[in-house]
Amino acid sequence: MTAPAKPEVKVVFQRPESFTDLTTHYCPGCTHGVAHRLIAEVIDEMGLREKTIGVAPVGCSVFAYKYFNMDFVEAPHGRAPAMATGIKRVLPQNTVFTYQGDGDLASIGMAEIMHAAARGENITVIFINNAIYGMTGGQMAPTTLPGMTTTSSPFGRDVELTGFPIRMSEMLATMDGTGYIVRRSLHDVKNIRKAKKALFMAFETQERGLGFSMVELLSSCPTNWKIDPSKSLEFIAERMVPVFPLDDFKVNPELTKKRA
Amino acid sequence: MKETSIIISGFGGQGTLFSGQVLAYAALDNNFNVTWIPSYGPEMRGGTASCTVIISKEEIGSPLVRNPDISVVLNLPSLDKYEHLTKSGGCLVANSSLINRGLNRDDLKNVYIPANEIAEEIGLSRMANMVMIGGMLCLAPVLSLEVVKQALSEHIPERHRRTLPMNFDAMQRGYEFAEQALAEVAA
Amino acid sequence: MAKELLKGNEAFAEAAIRAGCEGFYGYPITPSTEFLEYMAKRMPQLGRAFVQAESEVAAVNMVYGAACTGKRTMTASSSPGISLMMEGISYIAGTEVPAVIVNVIRGGPGLGNIAPSQGDYYQMVKGGGHGDYFPIVLAPASVQETVDCIILAFDLADKYRSIVHVIVDGNLGQMMEPAELPPMRELPKEPPEWAVTGAKGREPNFLSSIYIDPADEEVTNIRLVKRWMEIEKNEVRYNELMMEDAEFAVIGFGTAGRVASSAVRAAREEGIKVGLFRPISLAPFPKKEVEEISKRVQRILVVEMNSGMMLDDIVPLVEGRVPVEFYGRMGGMTPFPDEILDEIRRVSENKAPVNGNARAEWIARLEKIVEEGK
Repeated sequence: MTAPAKPEVKVVFQRPESFTDLTTHYCPGCTHGVAHRLIAEVIDEMGLREKTIGVAPVGCSVFAYKYFNMDFVEAPHGRAPAMATGIKRVLPQNTVFTYQGDGDLASIGMAEIMHAAARGENITVIFINNAIYGMTGGQMAPTTLPGMTTTSSPFGRDVELTGFPIRMSEMLATMDGTGYIVRRSLHDVKNIRKAKKALFMAFETQERGLGFSMVELLSSCPTNWKIDPSKSLEFIAERMVPVFPLDDFKVNPELTKKRA
Repeated sequence: MKETSIIISGFGGQGTLFSGQVLAYAALDNNFNVTWIPSYGPEMRGGTASCTVIISKEEIGSPLVRNPDISVVLNLPSLDKYEHLTKSGGCLVANSSLINRGLNRDDLKNVYIPANEIAEEIGLSRMANMVMIGGMLCLAPVLSLEVVKQALSEHIPERHRRTLPMNFDAMQRGYEFAEQALAEVAA
Repeated sequence: MAKELLKGNEAFAEAAIRAGCEGFYGYPITPSTEFLEYMAKRMPQLGRAFVQAESEVAAVNMVYGAACTGKRTMTASSSPGISLMMEGISYIAGTEVPAVIVNVIRGGPGLGNIAPSQGDYYQMVKGGGHGDYFPIVLAPASVQETVDCIILAFDLADKYRSIVHVIVDGNLGQMMEPAELPPMRELPKEPPEWAVTGAKGREPNFLSSIYIDPADEEVTNIRLVKRWMEIEKNEVRYNELMMEDAEFAVIGFGTAGRVASSAVRAAREEGIKVGLFRPISLAPFPKKEVEEISKRVQRILVVEMNSGMMLDDIVPLVEGRVPVEFYGRMGGMTPFPDEILDEIRRVSENKAPVNGNARAEWIARLEKIVEEGK
């Protein structure tokens, strides 16, 4: 008797090597998990894991370091670009990225992000813009939409009193030191695919030494927006995209050429 | 000599700080302990510039003194400030090119030197500081003129090296002017 | 190498380079700016990192990042800049990574002025940043001693994975004095095992000051306290002048201690049996030594360029055995030796007890001195 032939098993989907096998702490419907996964996939595909150092922020993604299977540090609130600068300058051959939310990057860390870009620091920034402070429980962020209700703008964001949302990508793209600045969204599959491509380009910018790179990702926060996960994706498409248009704001022409 | 404290004071740009450094180098090269400390307050931006040099055989404690043994004053505000602070029996060298009054006390060995005029005779007006140092070394021979010249030739910044002979000349003339002035007083 | 006449701030910067500093991050502030300027020139020449940051906040976080890679790194600043750095300093302490911070202290509080002061004693010695941590604080008193302390600071920072503050003032930063620089150290070939350098062929390293579970944080706190006790045992440093037969002791650190040494020598010539005890490590503080002194002298005079901050650390050590008196100048005023000599004369004749309020007695005397325009 011959043994029955083993059925052929092929892996069609697996956890990226750059990911740990922990379950994330993020709320149901939050897109942080999607963003994390995209970064891990890109780092795997580019073969960068063993030389990458991540810089986690303060905010909901303060625990990002737990989910990435690579060297990580955790920065004070807003200071990730400064910490990344310190690391990259003494380890220029390593890949260094920060992962920051809107409160971290566009409020308390405004000086650090602007000057890292102005210096053309050869680092990559992933900017999660969900228009609200998540970790502290839903306060108004510098990117909160006009009229949007938060715990610290309980009557809706009044632009007369609190000003207007800050468009970081547009502003950073004016800096000569930047190589790649784009905004993408995580609200549907098509956009998620585009986001992954952008992340690839951003890390490619760093690998080629073309200066500061940033991908802004419009993200959801169902818990603090107080709407359900699927409606929150609609909220991104219908409410956020008009204020934060999805576009390429700066693409160094070198990036369109094949790597030498 | 246990410890000698020297204050050199003038307008910013008169080279007071550098002339103090030349003394400090000379002192070190001749196995003295030495400290040099500038005044670095807001006044260093445009106004008075002064430094304190302490030369000693012993270990030096304070780099600052209230009452210097020697005051070298290159302008009137510096005389106004340091005349009454100079130690009784101490020395005062004044730049008569920019100071139009005599001393209000008679317990100081002193000499007035027209440092700017002498410097201009040499052909470089910024040599006034070295004229004053020459005069000081005559009035108060803390270090010999030769030793200070040697230190200057070793520590003058490269970009100023071509002015070395003029520096020597300035010191020499300052020294000789003081020598003559003191001889006249004695006579 | 023979002694050369060296400019304070520049010599300190060169000492850091020779100790193997591979990353300097700073922001200009008087009276420490020459440090940064020197680094701006020298570090790129050696292929090492120099960044003029956008603020002291950014600078200290760059130091934090570089420290996480295991490279020797530092910043130099002055009082208001150090206040801004306190956030990063606390994180560095909590992450247990080594860093050296030089503070050229100036007159304050607030904007104050740029003149020499010791008014940051509390901020430096007691920590200054938030949370439970103990920085090492070295307070040298000459250009040579500062050069030596900066080398030592890097070694201690690495040994204990600790922050080391080297505190000086504008007198030391601006003065020239003969000193000898050490030879250039070779840079280490391998990073320490805890450093983040890319997880090649090993498990990932993670460096942070976050311990979200209080029980975990407490374990860290215990480790930090035990390490500090080790430091207290091993790293006390001080200098003594004519203390062997002293009946009176002057205690002062840094510039105040140095100025006091002139006064002590002058007093000896007058026949007053006085000596100087000058702590070099303010943290760990030479507690045992001060206790011993208080058992063999008749009276102690503490001299500082602040309102009596070290005095507050000395009084409890003396436990009332002998009177402790105080003389200080503030606001950026450096005392002259003759002021301290006057104080030594006064103290050596004073038989009255000082009933615990040395500060109040001093401030009354100081007001008079200030009125007289001294």
